[in-house]
Amino acid sequence: MSRFGSLADAPVRLRIVGARVVDPANGTDGVGDLAVSDGIFVDPLELPADAPRVDASGLLAIPALCDLHAHLREPGGEDAETIESGTRAAAHGGYATVCAMPNTEPPLDEPERVRALLERAKGAACRVRVVAAATRGRAGTELPDLGALADLGVTAVSDDGSAVADAKVARALMLYLAPLGLRLVEHAEDPSLAAGTLMRSGAVATRLGLPGWPSSAELSVVERDIALAAETGASVHFTHLSTAGALDAVRRARERGLPITCDVTPHHLSMTDAWVAGDRLFAWDEPVGVAADAFAAPLDPALAYDGACRVNPPLPSREDALALLAGLEDGTLDAIATDHAPHPAQRKAVEFASAAPGMIGLETALAVGLAAVASGRVSLARLVQAMATRPADLVGERRSLAPGAIADLALVDPRATWRVEPATLASRSANTPLLGRELTGVVRLTLAGGRITYLDDAIALG
Amino acid sequence: MIEPQPASSGATAAASRTLPSSPVAIGWRTRHLLDVDALDRYEIERCLDLAVEMRSLLQRRERLDILSEEIVGLAFAEASTRTRVSFEIAAATLGARVVELPMATSSVGKGESLADTLRTLERTGVSTIVLRHGASGAPYHATRSCGMRIVNAGDGLHGHPTQALLDALTLRDALGGLEGTSVAIVGDIGHSRVARSNLLLLTAMGARVRLSGPPAWTRGFERWPGVSVHHRLEDALDGADAVMALRVQLERNAAAGVPSLAEYTARWGLDDARLRSARAGAPLLHPGPTNEGVEITAQLAGSERSVIGRQVSNGVAIRMAVLALLAP
Repeated sequence: MSRFGSLADAPVRLRIVGARVVDPANGTDGVGDLAVSDGIFVDPLELPADAPRVDASGLLAIPALCDLHAHLREPGGEDAETIESGTRAAAHGGYATVCAMPNTEPPLDEPERVRALLERAKGAACRVRVVAAATRGRAGTELPDLGALADLGVTAVSDDGSAVADAKVARALMLYLAPLGLRLVEHAEDPSLAAGTLMRSGAVATRLGLPGWPSSAELSVVERDIALAAETGASVHFTHLSTAGALDAVRRARERGLPITCDVTPHHLSMTDAWVAGDRLFAWDEPVGVAADAFAAPLDPALAYDGACRVNPPLPSREDALALLAGLEDGTLDAIATDHAPHPAQRKAVEFASAAPGMIGLETALAVGLAAVASGRVSLARLVQAMATRPADLVGERRSLAPGAIADLALVDPRATWRVEPATLASRSANTPLLGRELTGVVRLTLAGGRITYLDDAIALG
Repeated sequence: MIEPQPASSGATAAASRTLPSSPVAIGWRTRHLLDVDALDRYEIERCLDLAVEMRSLLQRRERLDILSEEIVGLAFAEASTRTRVSFEIAAATLGARVVELPMATSSVGKGESLADTLRTLERTGVSTIVLRHGASGAPYHATRSCGMRIVNAGDGLHGHPTQALLDALTLRDALGGLEGTSVAIVGDIGHSRVARSNLLLLTAMGARVRLSGPPAWTRGFERWPGVSVHHRLEDALDGADAVMALRVQLERNAAAGVPSLAEYTARWGLDDARLRSARAGAPLLHPGPTNEGVEITAQLAGSERSVIGRQVSNGVAIRMAVLALLAP
């Protein structure tokens, strides 16, 4: 790897020649040149002839990605990730923006803590936006000083890790949020239905003897919040949606004109509950082994019950994963958000029930997305829209590759391969079931605000 | 057919002399016994055949020394009497040194992980771990944590392969074979590692399995090939060749799926009258310990149908066969 820069660096002048430029904001997809100067895209003709140039033939030029959901673990979880390592992971993955979730130690529920985090993130390798806690201490009972948090520019509030479980608290929260224009990012999961569960309910859970998480745990909170949003006028964003039923509920709510948005993780689009039993086929692959015959296929001792596959919400059934892919393509899902959840190795190399839930995603999301595109289930334009354009809209940024727009760009080799290993990851953690796997799609260059935040060795600035 | 391989060590040669017809020199393909899914039908039959020989050896009060190089560690992180004792006797009868590892009170309780504990034990020279653990999949994790041979003696709700093998031996003794038979399993299937391993083994051997119990305890098993789920106990028992009752956990609360023990007993409790709809003389199994008066009447547990005592004695023979087949 290569070098990292930061938003504190000087903006570069750069000419990018011959890339396939995919820019959903302007509805364009074709080979062309881009030029960057003073932090914005400019007309290539306006750039001096001696400006550094990148031969980008065979590469994809897309707006830099925007992650609505990442756990940077600072403060309190620095053994797993820091702002520095997490934002470098983001830059390495093609991101110019990440939204840091508030379930830190202590949680981001007080304006002073949010201010301190934003201060520390100033020299980071990407923009860091803050999602503040929706309740004090994330305890689900009292509201934090939401007005003060809004004044600091937090992008949303969330008790992610759990739902705002008490309906009356959720209603009071939404009433207060509506006029502030702040969105509630809901981790839709009924805690009593989810208590004690370890994986998705279904044939694989039955086989493995792991208590199953029912789809109703997600749907019941989604339906409740849609009703509350309709009453209060608040905007609700469901994060890491993982069931076909909840997706349908969102689809219907949007048809009614309600301000409901949602995202899905790369792992819920691509991995299935069979991964817990040791399967490693993507959801769009033809199922064999445990994925085809959960009850009789022998388990692979090297992979079965791998703590890396424990995540919340749990990995979906193949049917749900295919429904999510369809929801991504038809636009019901606004965004792909990583739910990047780093954990130190010792919190994963334990019995499945003791493994910390969550997996990293910032550096693998784009490659997994490109694999979904290669499967034919998702178009490239939709992928870029869901990973860059639309999530940026939701946090008040604009991703466009047209002259005048802020120069947030990712340059990607869509055919190059790389192996997911601790040494190839900028994250401090490597907890992903993709570890050891070869993925296709390598980020060569990331620009945030016209600054080089990541530059691969393969790129020569001529 | 597969020929017994020439004995490669003195210990194996001694065993071959003691058991001239034994295929003991042909081990399983698997190095660990994590669940019965790793065994094909032939390997299962071989284990049952070898257990029959071990049984007569036990009756003659003889010993073998095929495991004399081995140190078998009994790592029971959950309470167990019959499984632990039968493994201990089995290993000792085969000549192994047996060490009990007090998991519940040892460093495991002080925050040392299972993986750390296993790596420490490995350095002391223990070669085989017999693991009982409360977490489903713990033995799979154990194989990734150390180089010792792992024998699953029950993991969470997932599996209990030696129990399924001893049940199969008991059933084969009583029925002559398993192919084409129907076996009813009654009770809390969902929380039972015994049931899961039995489902794998019985269906692999060509038996059909009928399940009955409260809906929350049988849910999810409907799609298991070769398995049918019956809400009414009578439907599961009707003409069954054998009946297995599972232990009801007395401490379960309402959310666990049954309104009361009395309601359970009234609908799914096994007694002499209900057993009459099974095939005449159909054997009754129970993995023990029984809650008499809850899932089974005391009278039935002590009746001629009951093979519960034979399950226990077969347990030692099966565990001898398993340890012999896994031996290097």
